[in-house]
Amino acid sequence: MEKTTLFDKIWDAHVVKSVPAGPDVFFIDKHFIHEVTSPVAFLNLESRGIGVKYPDRTIATPDHNVPTINQDQTIKDQLSRMQVQKLRDNCSKYGIELHDLGSAHHGIVHVIGPELGITQPGMTIVCGDSHTSTHGAFGAIAFGIGTSEVEMVLATQCIMQSKAKKMRITVDGELGKGVTSKDIILYIIAKITAAGATGYFVEYAGSAIHSLSMEARMTICNMSIEMGARGGLIAPDETTFNYLKGKRYSPKGEDWDKAVAHWKTLKTDEDAVFDKEYHFDAADIEPMITYGTNPGMGIKVKGTIPTTEGMEGSNKTSYLKSLAYMGFEAGEPIKGKLVDYVFVGSCTNGRIEDIRSVAQFVKGHQKADNITAWIVPGSREVEKMAHEEGLVKILEEAGFELRQPGCSACLAMNDDKIPSGKYAVSTSNRNFEGRQGPGARTMLASPLTVAAVAITGRICDPREVFDN
Amino acid sequence: MAYDKFTVLKSTAVPLPTENVDTDQIIPARFLKATERVGFGDNLFRDWRYDVEGNPKKDFVLNDPTYSGKILVAGKNFGSGSSREHAVWALYDYGFRAVVSSFFADIFKNNCLNIGVLPVTVSAEFADKLLSAITANPETEIEIDLPAQKISLMSTGESESFDINEYKKENMKHGFDDIDYLLNMSAEIDAFEASKK
Repeated sequence: MEKTTLFDKIWDAHVVKSVPAGPDVFFIDKHFIHEVTSPVAFLNLESRGIGVKYPDRTIATPDHNVPTINQDQTIKDQLSRMQVQKLRDNCSKYGIELHDLGSAHHGIVHVIGPELGITQPGMTIVCGDSHTSTHGAFGAIAFGIGTSEVEMVLATQCIMQSKAKKMRITVDGELGKGVTSKDIILYIIAKITAAGATGYFVEYAGSAIHSLSMEARMTICNMSIEMGARGGLIAPDETTFNYLKGKRYSPKGEDWDKAVAHWKTLKTDEDAVFDKEYHFDAADIEPMITYGTNPGMGIKVKGTIPTTEGMEGSNKTSYLKSLAYMGFEAGEPIKGKLVDYVFVGSCTNGRIEDIRSVAQFVKGHQKADNITAWIVPGSREVEKMAHEEGLVKILEEAGFELRQPGCSACLAMNDDKIPSGKYAVSTSNRNFEGRQGPGARTMLASPLTVAAVAITGRICDPREVFDN
Repeated sequence: MAYDKFTVLKSTAVPLPTENVDTDQIIPARFLKATERVGFGDNLFRDWRYDVEGNPKKDFVLNDPTYSGKILVAGKNFGSGSSREHAVWALYDYGFRAVVSSFFADIFKNNCLNIGVLPVTVSAEFADKLLSAITANPETEIEIDLPAQKISLMSTGESESFDINEYKKENMKHGFDDIDYLLNMSAEIDAFEASKK
């Protein structure tokens, strides 16, 4: 039998039909929608006079532009209010499950899907959001789509997709103290660049990957898109099964045993061939931070900003434009630079484990005077656990401001904006110009590094702050 | 939704050689709050095009009256980041019908093909050639011939062929979208769905 990869196995099991000299008609098991990329899709369905084919395969939540304070009150911003209302109207009209603002399972779409056990191994999952790749942590094919494709899925449960090429990134060995999964992915992106995996679907493998928790795996798969990959996935294992057991939508009883038996078959065959392979050693990875305006522009916190040596033409111009935006000089160290804001949250690092690690780090300390510190849980469930575990109290005593769940300052669609010219060290996923507000300067790092920066007020290596 | 058919496009072009232009630059998140597909062109490249007071920034190419046309010639890795189709709606609404680059981000490229903006991938050398020619003479015309899968620089006659799969090419030529195709497969999809339960 032909040796196949995990990606092949899931992909091939979802092809309804291959179009000659064209894409595959690709079946979607689960479809997540939110308020920003769905309204035009519903509008188009209406003008075509068609409905939603399988409403029970779509799950909705408003997350992108919801306020993170006073969620029990009417949304102040008129456009945001209308967009959220439109989502409610569409869900009620077509019978789609909605986890609305204030409800027990409201949150960022990529946080609640796994929490509810909707995300399962072997599935195909899409959403009009590029960080849908997060769900790949469970051994699913999950990727972001545009609004035309949202419309296709609503209307037909399928999209037209050409199969991506296959890449495997293996990270073996043990991570050092103070090094997290966020550092792994920032390291990988810095190595292969922000466009290095364009055209590929990535499987993450190796002992360093499989020793990670589900939360940590989600952080890695989440940022697959930041190196251009369509998505990333990790073969399911005992950690995956333990996470899913007992979740609201996970199979129960006999169905559970059958599901696990099937999930155990979901792995890449030995000797299966990838179009491209990378190998990294976990021991080489240190706390990372970005210094520029795409996620590939990352260095060790202890490192220096690269010089322009060897660059020419538009490559050099673009690089210098990026540094000018950030207010940094080529060749200078990044450590010690003053910071104005820290942001802990987003679909990348807004899970309970992230909040635990920040709380543990800052316990008994105070944030620096120059820092405004926002912490935004990824979901109501995360928020609830943070209260129950006493983390909120620790964080508030350290001077952090806890907000209510949503995408928040990751993309600054709501009022959570970093002011122009200010520096923010964020646990989110994109450091693009203006991403966190017009003129905002973003540096991406792990929750641990962000916690250390909050305390010292400057860029620092978490391993060097009070012997952590 | 149905869009204008694309066969042969001959036009002057706008040069934007910056690399890694992400969709947050093409249209910032704060302009994604509409519930209908209208007016996105006004905010195309908003923060590069206007200052905080809303005054046009003189040094940005869309504010330079020397350059115009239905083709945008862009730098490497164009359209990275967010999957927001609004970025392509903004390009279309502004008047662009084709984007030329030596490298496109995946989701952006799919979004283009789904709404009738042709993404043309050329070699880095040819992209440089186009950019130099346009900068030297903004009247330079470029012809994109979809049926022949050929892009030509009219001033010198130099040309290059480009790839597009046959299915998408036919769709673009006729202004069809994928839903028309998928809706005709309803029975097959039903049978497949039943097998997935």
